[in-house]
Amino acid sequence: MASNTHAPTDHKHHYAHHFRNADHEFVSSKEGIWLFMVTEILMFGGLFVGYFMFAMVYPEMFHAGATFLDWRMGAFNTCVLLLSSWTMAMAINSIQTGKNSAATKHLIVTLICGAIFMVVKYFEYTHKIHEGLLPGRFFSYDLAAHPELAHITNLGMYFGFYFSMTGLHGTHVLIGMALITWVLIRNLRGEFDPHYYTAVEGVGIFWHIVDLIWIFLFPLLYLVG
Amino acid sequence: MASNHGHSAGGQPQVENYANAHHIVPAALLTKILLALVALTVLTVVTAKFVHLGALAVPVAFGIALVKALMVMGYFMGLKYDTKGNRIIFATGFMGLALLFFFCALDTFSRVLQSNTLF
Repeated sequence: MASNTHAPTDHKHHYAHHFRNADHEFVSSKEGIWLFMVTEILMFGGLFVGYFMFAMVYPEMFHAGATFLDWRMGAFNTCVLLLSSWTMAMAINSIQTGKNSAATKHLIVTLICGAIFMVVKYFEYTHKIHEGLLPGRFFSYDLAAHPELAHITNLGMYFGFYFSMTGLHGTHVLIGMALITWVLIRNLRGEFDPHYYTAVEGVGIFWHIVDLIWIFLFPLLYLVG
Repeated sequence: MASNHGHSAGGQPQVENYANAHHIVPAALLTKILLALVALTVLTVVTAKFVHLGALAVPVAFGIALVKALMVMGYFMGLKYDTKGNRIIFATGFMGLALLFFFCALDTFSRVLQSNTLF
């Protein structure tokens, strides 16, 4: 790389030659992440709109479906994700202020929170699969035990939405955890400093959108139905 | 102010210096936001599960979710300190969503029961 592309600082990252300077590279990368976030909003948004439409056509069925979810687990997972969003934001704050070892700790706590979220999800999923609370024609729960739900039909549709929405969200949590591991390793290698932390910023925005979507999924699925 | 235009020495073309590209959100503010988000989570559980709001339950739950979402977007994702361009980009996602919702709702709720006269 030509020496004239070096920024007037001693940091190790060299910005790509088609950028004017390191800040130009940073803001351009970040703009790309925001464009990617728009596609995330539209992908989850389609599921949300579908849920709203069918919930308005079949309000009783969706309300009955929500009674099978444990709001305690949902509320616990909400707090776990909020805490992880805070540690992610604190990791970026730490790198920006030159405290890389503090950033490492924050990133590790973020990973642990992601893992706790997935463990709770695992218990919720196995319980539902065991009971036969499954999507569409796979729904095999014995509603005879609930005479108050005798008039409810097509409850499998609710669980179709439940599993697609939480499944897509859970996939994002797993991908987010992989990305956090990546920036954690790079941080341990000393690749980030207050002038260069583009990857952490981008992964952070992705992790926050996972939290953002859960903020709407929690009341939608667990609270109001 | 996201990016300032300035003249560099020697009559060079205008360069952007991205004055506020690396805004640092203070740690104490981030902590306050976390506490507010947890408090709002408790509030949404209480209003949905322990207080019977009736028809208000759904708007209250999503109103609280909206406030929480704005806090996450503004401070954790840093949109409050980001460029106007990035705020507009992210907003287009929600505008697209509003369009999708509008036309789906228009279709779903403007249908009338029809009986086919041929059969």
